[in-house]
Amino acid sequence: MTRPGKASSAVPAADLAPLAARVLPWVLLAVLAAFPLLAPVLGLEYWLGFVRRLLIVMIAATSLNFILGYGGMAALGHAGFIGVGAYTVVALVDAGVGSAWLAWGAALAASALAAAAIGALSLRTRGVYFLMITLAFAQMLYYLAVSLSAYGGDDGYGLYTPLALGAGIDTGDEAVFFWVVLAIAALVFALFSRIAASRFGHALMGIRDNETRMSALGYPVFRLKLAAFAGAGALAGLAGALLASHNAFVSPSLMHWTESATLLVMVVLGGLGRRWGAPLGVAVWLVLAEVLKLHTEYWHWPLGLLLITVVFLAPRGLAALFARAGRAA
Amino acid sequence: MDSIFVIEQLLNGLGYGLMLFLLAAGLSLVFGIMDTMNLAHGSLYMAGAYIAARAHEAGAGFATAVLAAVAATVVIAFLLEQAIVRRLYARDHLAQVIATFGVILIADDVVKAIWGPSPVMAAMPAALAGPVQLLPELPYPAYRLLLIGVGLLVALGLYLLVSHTRIGMLVRAGASNRGMAELMGVRVGRVFSFVFVLGAALAALAGALMGPISAVQIGMGEAILIPALVVIVIGGIGSVRGAFVAALLVGMVDTAGRAFLPPALRAVLPPALAAELGAALAGIAMYLLMAAVLILKPAGLFPARG
Amino acid sequence: MLKLKSAALALALAAAVGAHAADPIKVGVALDISGPFATIGAETRDGLNLAIEQLGGKLGGFDAEFLQTDFAGNPEQATQLVRRYLQAEKIDFFTGPVASNSALAVGPALFAAKVPFLSSNPGPSQFAGKQCNPYFFGVYQNDTYDEAAGRVANDKGYRNMVLIAPNYPAGKDHLGGFKRLYEGAVKEEIYTKVGQIDYAAEIARIRAAKPDAVYFFLPAAMGINFIKQYVAGGLKDIPLIGPGFSADQDTLAAVGEPAVGLFNTAHWAHDLDLPANKAFVEAFRNKYDGRYPTVYAAQAYDVVMAMDAAVREVEGRVDDREAVLAALRKADFDSVRGEFRYGANNYPVQNYYLRVVEKRADGTITNRLVGTVLEQHQDAYVGDCKM
Repeated sequence: MTRPGKASSAVPAADLAPLAARVLPWVLLAVLAAFPLLAPVLGLEYWLGFVRRLLIVMIAATSLNFILGYGGMAALGHAGFIGVGAYTVVALVDAGVGSAWLAWGAALAASALAAAAIGALSLRTRGVYFLMITLAFAQMLYYLAVSLSAYGGDDGYGLYTPLALGAGIDTGDEAVFFWVVLAIAALVFALFSRIAASRFGHALMGIRDNETRMSALGYPVFRLKLAAFAGAGALAGLAGALLASHNAFVSPSLMHWTESATLLVMVVLGGLGRRWGAPLGVAVWLVLAEVLKLHTEYWHWPLGLLLITVVFLAPRGLAALFARAGRAA
Repeated sequence: MDSIFVIEQLLNGLGYGLMLFLLAAGLSLVFGIMDTMNLAHGSLYMAGAYIAARAHEAGAGFATAVLAAVAATVVIAFLLEQAIVRRLYARDHLAQVIATFGVILIADDVVKAIWGPSPVMAAMPAALAGPVQLLPELPYPAYRLLLIGVGLLVALGLYLLVSHTRIGMLVRAGASNRGMAELMGVRVGRVFSFVFVLGAALAALAGALMGPISAVQIGMGEAILIPALVVIVIGGIGSVRGAFVAALLVGMVDTAGRAFLPPALRAVLPPALAAELGAALAGIAMYLLMAAVLILKPAGLFPARG
Repeated sequence: MLKLKSAALALALAAAVGAHAADPIKVGVALDISGPFATIGAETRDGLNLAIEQLGGKLGGFDAEFLQTDFAGNPEQATQLVRRYLQAEKIDFFTGPVASNSALAVGPALFAAKVPFLSSNPGPSQFAGKQCNPYFFGVYQNDTYDEAAGRVANDKGYRNMVLIAPNYPAGKDHLGGFKRLYEGAVKEEIYTKVGQIDYAAEIARIRAAKPDAVYFFLPAAMGINFIKQYVAGGLKDIPLIGPGFSADQDTLAAVGEPAVGLFNTAHWAHDLDLPANKAFVEAFRNKYDGRYPTVYAAQAYDVVMAMDAAVREVEGRVDDREAVLAALRKADFDSVRGEFRYGANNYPVQNYYLRVVEKRADGTITNRLVGTVLEQHQDAYVGDCKM
């Protein structure tokens, strides 16, 4: 596994860097919060939806970054939990539930449960075996969804009525839903930052670096890993639930293994085990794909080239590159 | 369900298993020996299939076309190894996955630029196009018998190579303990290049042989990569013997799931439910098998490393 | 001062209106030129581009802009794309996706934005029945090919058949369509894994069942794999019937010899003896190295011609959506599939034909029109449509 650079974080940060690091997230949040008001004026309505999707994918990617970057668990089945979350929403809507909070809460719970069960079975394996067993479970979920005729199977399921957020507003309102997603994403990100710096986070990193030692020190290694895995699965499920409302449509293609792979790619691209790694990776990957598709039918190879370049020239991901540039400045 | 049907399905399971083995063998070698996860193995498979199909279409004999495909893919693989893969040996699995995923993205666009987005024709050699009468009641596709034969030959060849030759010894030494092998003077780098190219040749052979009975198109490599990965993981990464056993196991389980499960379920369940459940179970049989194996044996059936 | 201001405002307004009148008509196209439906996507694009070329890049004589973006056959990506088309590009027409699931995914957003969606291929039962919408125009309903095939099986006197399809709802729908008109017995219904590569086990089951004929619905690569293995398995003597999707020029180019003798049904054939069709096929073959068009290319071509006719009818005022819909419903153009009219659910009432794959004297393998199976046939879901 790629280790986040110990050396870089140990370097005493020079002068303005910590201030910038503290202020920048708030500036970013403020800019994003203002975006729904500015977008119609600037004719950027489409990009409002696009940024909202970025935020949702960032939630899923951040949860993967947590178990992969901090916990050393390379899972290739994360999209499976996105699917569990999305299909939980579908099941509830199909049963007549209209409350967003209820649906999203249920999605969190269902995907946490699924992740706990899958984690309990998978966490005895290591490395590539873990990669593959998580893939196997995600594939099972995928084929289950494909053959589930009650929810449309391969055709997918359209969510034609937006979920109610209370106070007479719903997820159909572009701007309101944007703010809700932004708030959830910010909350998830803050939670992630807090946990990564907590004793739990440090224990997890200890396990990543040397499981035997942590075990000898008396840490309940398996339980810690399982808790992290279930938590990450829950957040991925939440992202899936939000994605369901965002697209107003759910189909098994959400869970296809290439989606799990893309998530993995985005996290590594951004910077494994780095706080800003996942959001950065998601933003770069999705924006690039969107722009390339506008201009050419051959839009895959530049992305492939980018991956190879990053692996060789920026092995710690783009976030590390930025951190270095920031220090050099 | 008579015995002929059972024999035929066993042959089908064997055939499918050996097809998977052809692809998995190379993957497992590269994976086990160099500890390198090469997702682009599927792209080499695709290259083999396309080149053989086009060469055959252009008038080359089938055997010549297959050999040309293997030779051309070996060249491609050599260049790939020199340019990218060799720099990945020392890196972790994730970096390998990401970089070789990048190679897949590039390879798919290159193939599309050269041969277009549509599947290309891969004709079957006329002599093998029909069935042969194995038993009075059992005609069996001649071409599948060829696949079974080649699969068994490759298995035997790899067994001899790995366990009875000097290069095999070096390979095993490099695989089980790279540092130690290097200390003892093995030029691991060169051994690795050889193994990678050998793996690519096997992938190309698999692709070239699968062409006449499957769609030769972009994405074919990714579609078969997953079952091949399942095979090597069940077998235990790096163990050619494990890959062989696992390939047969997966072939048998998958075939049995499709052949025997639906009628068996129909006997005990209402027809609608049986049809739904049978198809669903048959679809995930392979994954169930892998999950079960890994839950019981977290490093596969024949772990190559301690 | 105030006067000056309002004069400036009026000028600006006039400029804006003038600019608007000169704005080209925007057509959003969702293409699948990568991913699982890349072949069909490319055919669609080629048919589309031929029509655009013939019309000089105009629709009804007015400047038009055709936005073409690949979404790789992924329905989630299709929703993103349509969002961009609607919000950033403000399209006037939409056409595109290959698969039903993508059409179902993007439909509601287009309907809400009142953008006519002229399907270039999928005809999901949902949009034909309960979820029908005045803004959706089908080219055929998915099951109608299967219904025609069921009729063919009756006509040929097959009494015992095995049916095979992938294990997803669309697979069941298609086999359901076949059974709607087929009167014989179904010996076995086999459902296979989506994206399956090896069909040996299923072929053995077919052999054991000894049917009179086999009907298969296995789109794209699955169909190619199946036909190749079916023939290699020595089942050539048991006739195969499929929907036209699995026996069109794109599949034939990949399958070759083994496809010869395959009976298939479609609402169009390249040798359909109509002036419009002859001109289309000839122009297509001239533009694309002598290649025969597929039904997908023909549909895409028709879609552009339908838009052209509608824009001409409303004299370029595409903002009047009611008028555009009325014009589209008239279908007042020379369709390459011949005469057709729209039913109450905006799905066509049209002929379905039987075709058979043949090897010509010059070695090319292609379809030959055998005859008409269903005349002016309407889909089975129109009764559920309240519109």
